[in-house]
Amino acid sequence: MGIVKKFRQMFSTVPMLGWFLGFLTAVLIEYFWGYDYISYYLGLPKIPVLFGALIMLKEPLMIPGALAYDLIVYVIPVLAVAKLTSPVTNQGAALLEKLPLWLSAVLHLICLYAVLHVWAGINDYRVLIVKLSLISIILTVSVNVINGYQGEFSCSHPGFMALGAYVSSILTLMLFTNDKIFGTALLPPALAPYCFPLVLVIGGAAAAIGSLAVAIPSFRTRGDYLAIISLAFMFIVKSAVENLHVIGGARGMGGQPDLAPLPVIFIWTMLCIWIIHNFVTSIFGKALNTVRDDEAAAESMTIKTRKTKMTAFMFGAFWAGIAGGLFAHVLTYINPGMFSINRLAEILAMVYFGGLNSILGSIVGAVSINVLGEALRPLELFKWIIIPLILIFVMIFRPYGLISFTEINTKKLLEAKHKTKQGVSP
Amino acid sequence: MIPLLSVTDMTHYFGGLRAVHDYNLSIEPRQIFGLIGPNGAGKTTIFNLITGVYTPSEGEILLENKNIKGLETNEIAAMGLGRTFQNLALWRHMNVVDHIRMAHYSQLDYGLLGAFFNSRACREQENQVMENVHQLMELFNIEKYAGDLVTSLPYGAQRRVEMARAMATRPKVLFLDEPTAGMTPDELVRMIRIIRKVHEDFKVAIFLIEHRMKFVMELCEHIQTLVFGEVIAEGPPEEIQNNPRVIEAYLGKEDMT
Repeated sequence: MGIVKKFRQMFSTVPMLGWFLGFLTAVLIEYFWGYDYISYYLGLPKIPVLFGALIMLKEPLMIPGALAYDLIVYVIPVLAVAKLTSPVTNQGAALLEKLPLWLSAVLHLICLYAVLHVWAGINDYRVLIVKLSLISIILTVSVNVINGYQGEFSCSHPGFMALGAYVSSILTLMLFTNDKIFGTALLPPALAPYCFPLVLVIGGAAAAIGSLAVAIPSFRTRGDYLAIISLAFMFIVKSAVENLHVIGGARGMGGQPDLAPLPVIFIWTMLCIWIIHNFVTSIFGKALNTVRDDEAAAESMTIKTRKTKMTAFMFGAFWAGIAGGLFAHVLTYINPGMFSINRLAEILAMVYFGGLNSILGSIVGAVSINVLGEALRPLELFKWIIIPLILIFVMIFRPYGLISFTEINTKKLLEAKHKTKQGVSP
Repeated sequence: MIPLLSVTDMTHYFGGLRAVHDYNLSIEPRQIFGLIGPNGAGKTTIFNLITGVYTPSEGEILLENKNIKGLETNEIAAMGLGRTFQNLALWRHMNVVDHIRMAHYSQLDYGLLGAFFNSRACREQENQVMENVHQLMELFNIEKYAGDLVTSLPYGAQRRVEMARAMATRPKVLFLDEPTAGMTPDELVRMIRIIRKVHEDFKVAIFLIEHRMKFVMELCEHIQTLVFGEVIAEGPPEEIQNNPRVIEAYLGKEDMT
């Protein structure tokens, strides 16, 4: 414990900006020298894609090399740069504090994006991991609105995702591509990137309307009905799509234009986090918590509980639809099997692992389960033993998930961290 | 004078059971009105009927001459009928500030889109609400618990939070369901002071259910006694105190304290 404490104290003066700078240095080192020098001299066949996890599991002999690589490329530069530049970055952070909060946040996000972009730029595999992780964040945060903030148990998210994915795919295929099913493009393909947000929103709206089929019958009462009805809804959507041969049936639907590069997904994810954060911290969003904790009291305190539940459910479904649309355009192929019970298990694992009633928790859950899933891929079947085991331990020691009931405090996150002068504070 | 809240011939059945029979009530502005009766007499049922948790089988309920029978609980609450609960109904995962904040729900009109995009109207109204919250916390002496979860508060403070929350809905009539249940004599005295203060500062009418005679006799201007869903006696405290039917039905041979 002592070491951890000392370590924390040592880096307590590093502002967020400093960490970004550290990571940027690390990924730039990897970008320029990672392959030619570092991995070459350490005897690694190529740059370890996921911090060496894959190599270590496949060939145990490479473990020292991979660890050394992590140390040289990530740990040392990040810590050193973060610590050494902290006087400068603190000044920078203090300057940014004078700007409006949103501007400062946007600048920080640009830094974050730069780090991600360079890190993912090494190969396509990393790009895919980052993209899917970001989409998972949208999904997890939106599920958290219903399962965490509202305290119900909804199982229909894959169904909403499928609705969003199929509706937006049909639109892009019809409008921007020459397709076998829908004929020639109705609009010039050059317009596609500009119309894509609208297409996604339509997909999301379709999911939101679909969610009414679950919400109207199940919110008349409380209890487990929602879980059952929503589960049924998921299977109904899957079976319906499987039997609609117009859109490919069980074989799936391919050929979507690749409209979702990393920046687009990043922007959508940040937009999603921002909007959901605003919502759940506003009185209208907090009303969800009151419904969860005591519905009778909420009614007596003038809160329109039915309306609150319905809108939140539709809101969650909307974002699931957006995530589905992005997902379809990342993989440029979808089939109904993708939106089934496996996907549901994955989403719920991310939510409950990360933490209920917390956006930060959802982000952590989505990223860690995604990265863990990829990193443990060489273990094949054992992966499905290890991840559930981790989940069980989380449930035992932190029943509400890793980071629950915490909200992001942007201001505090980004502020300059000055050294606390000893002896001055009372 | 038009009564603030009037109930005429309200009857309610739970299946075949007649829980409330021909109940009449008329509360004038700024009156403190008490409802007493033995356990199971239907006192809380009457609260629930008026506040819209159940819709009465028969009868009429008027709040400021507007019919509120059949409206949803939240609509009735927004029209000016605040309440507390017999067994504290607090939101266990929320802190004190949020409790009082949430009760401003009906006073906001920035809409969902405003909430999503954190619009200017949203920020202004939320700031306004926060000011209000701080005033209320000060008044009820709970500002030191501001950021704490309600479950971590002492019992008396939880009662005060509940009351502050009810006052945040800007009620015209405040319904208190056994406000001193489970309180020590010390806390009881403090509660009397708080209720008087609320009565003075907010100029509300108060309708309360209570078991403790001392409390009721000291506070209320007018008392109804309910037995098996029927009012057997009604009048000012002294009258009730000496009414033989009340003593027989409710007080038994107990000494008055």
